[in-house]
Amino acid sequence: MNEETRGVTPSGIRKIILEQSYRAHVGHIGSALSVADILSVLYGGVLRTGGDRADRDRFALSKGHAALALYAALHLRGDISRAQLDSFCGEGSKLGVHPESCLPGVDFSTGSLGHGLSMAAGAALAARLQGSSRRVFALLSDGECNEGSIWEAAMFAAHRRLSGLTAIVDLNGQQAFGYTRDVMDMTPMADRWRAFGWEAHETDGHDAVALRRLLSAAPAADGRPRAVIARTVFGKGVPFMENKIKWHYWPMSEDEFRQAMAAVGGAQ
Amino acid sequence: MRGAFVKTLIELAAGDRRVLLLTGDIGYMALEPFAERFPDRFFNVGVAEQNMLGIATGLAEAGFVPFVYSIATFVSLRPYEFIRNGPVLHSLPVRVVGVGGGFEYGHNGITHHAVEDVAVMRAHPGMTVVSPADHEQARAALLATWNVPGPVYYRLGKDDRTVVPGLNGRFEAGRVQSLGGGKDLLILAMGSVAKEAAAAAETLRGQGVACTAAVAASVHPAPAGDLAALAGGFRHVMTVEAHYVNGGLGSMTAEVIAERGLPCRLTRCGVSLPPDGVSGSQEYLHRLHGIDRDSLVATGLRVVRGGA
Repeated sequence: MNEETRGVTPSGIRKIILEQSYRAHVGHIGSALSVADILSVLYGGVLRTGGDRADRDRFALSKGHAALALYAALHLRGDISRAQLDSFCGEGSKLGVHPESCLPGVDFSTGSLGHGLSMAAGAALAARLQGSSRRVFALLSDGECNEGSIWEAAMFAAHRRLSGLTAIVDLNGQQAFGYTRDVMDMTPMADRWRAFGWEAHETDGHDAVALRRLLSAAPAADGRPRAVIARTVFGKGVPFMENKIKWHYWPMSEDEFRQAMAAVGGAQ
Repeated sequence: MRGAFVKTLIELAAGDRRVLLLTGDIGYMALEPFAERFPDRFFNVGVAEQNMLGIATGLAEAGFVPFVYSIATFVSLRPYEFIRNGPVLHSLPVRVVGVGGGFEYGHNGITHHAVEDVAVMRAHPGMTVVSPADHEQARAALLATWNVPGPVYYRLGKDDRTVVPGLNGRFEAGRVQSLGGGKDLLILAMGSVAKEAAAAAETLRGQGVACTAAVAASVHPAPAGDLAALAGGFRHVMTVEAHYVNGGLGSMTAEVIAERGLPCRLTRCGVSLPPDGVSGSQEYLHRLHGIDRDSLVATGLRVVRGGA
C-alpha cells in the first residue's frame, strides 16, 4: 500500500456513505455499507488504475446501486474532489445514485442489474487480444445473480478461459423485497460458479487480509476465471441497519444519522 | 446483402486490426469466410445475445470496433437494454448487425419478422441506423459508416443478387438517393422492399403517373435536408417499408414533412396490423401488408387520382 492509497479505509468509505446519503436524503445505504471493505481493498492497492493508461485494470460495479461506496473510494484515493463528492445527487451532477462512465475513474456505467459482468468479460477478452496484463474485476450483488445474463457471461468467460477476470459476489443475503433465501434462493452460491467452470473461493467479505490475498492472487494457471464469494453483512458497521431490509431504500433521519456516524467512528 | 457485407467486412478487417466479428451462433454458410481469414478475431459467443452486446461494449471500451451479428429480431430486441446502456450510453463504436429485416425470414414466423427494429433503434439520438436497399448499396453503406463515432445499427437483407435499378450502389450518410422520375408522386423506400417500390414506380409511369422513386437507407439521423428538398416538390408522398408504419421510415418522413411545413400529403405503406400468427413467404407477407409491387401501384393510383 503506498501513500496514495493508504487513506482508502473501510471506515472512511462508510463515513462518506453516511454523510452523503444523509445530505442527499437517499437510500441504498445498506448495500453500499456491505461492500465498503471490498472497495477499500480494491482501491487501497489491488487495482492498478489511475490516469488514462490503456493497461490500467478495469472495474465494473455491476451492482451499480452501491455507487456511493465507489465515489467514496475514488475520493479517498484522490480521483475526485470533495466538491465533486458533495455534488452527489445534485442537479447536473456526474455523481448520481448509479455510476456513469463520464465520471473519471468509472470505466462502465451500470445501474441495471445483470449488465456489468458481460462488459467486464468483454474487457477481459480485449486484454487478451491486446496482449495486455490488465485485469478486470466486477462486483456483483447476490440478488443480481437472479439475472440470466450473469450466467451467460459466466459461461462465456469460463469457455474462453478469461483468467484475467474476477467476479466478486457481495453475498449479503438481501435483495430489494426480502431475503434472497426467500425471494430466489441462490445457495450454494460458490458451487454454482464452480459448476459454470469458475474457480470459486468463499471468504469473509469484511476480512481485508483475506480479500487482499484472494484479489491479488495470480490468475489461475488453468485459465479459469475467478469468483470470490464474499460473505457480507448488509448495512455492516451500523448495528441498527445490519440485516434490515428497510435500509435497502430508506434514507436516514437526523437521529439515525447521528447514531450511524457514531457507530462508524465519525464525530457528529 | 449478407454476402456483400461479410466480404466488405473482411476487407475492412484486413486494413484495421480493431475490427472484430461476434455472432450469437447465427450465420452458418455466411460468416465462414471471415472466420477462416481471421480466426482470432471471430467469436461465436453462443446463443446469448445480451451477453454478446455486453462483451462488445467491453471490447469497444478497450479500443476495438466489434460487429455483433444475428437475425435482426434477436440482435436488436433481446439485448435492447444492453444496447441502450452499453454502446449508446457509453458512446462506443459497437456495430449491431441484424440480418433479415422485415419479412425475409417469412416462413419462420413472427418471432423472426423484424418489423419494429428501426423504430427502437432510431429512438436514440446517438445511434446511426442504416438499412440498405440492395447488396451494392450495403457495401457502400458499410464502407461509408463503419468507422463513425458511436454505435451503428445495420439492417441487412439476405439477397445478394437483386439490385434496385438505377441505384447503382450509391450511398451517402445523411442523404437520400433518388432514382429519378416525374412530379406526381414520390415513393420513398427503405430496405430490400425498395425493389418493390421501384417496380411500382415503373408500372405507375407506364400508366401515366409521373412517379419518382427514392431510397432512404441512411435512416437515422434523419436525412432531413435531402428529404425536405425532395418531398417539397410533390403533393403526394408514399413511404414503403417492411416495418410497422409507426416508428420507421413513415414516421421519420412524417416528422420531416410536419416540422418543415411541407405542403404534401403522406401515405405510409407498411405493417399496420397486429401480429396474428400467420406466416408465409416474404412475397406473400408483402402482399398481405400491401407493400408488394401490385399493392403499391393500386395505392399510388388511389393516392394520385382518388385523393385518398
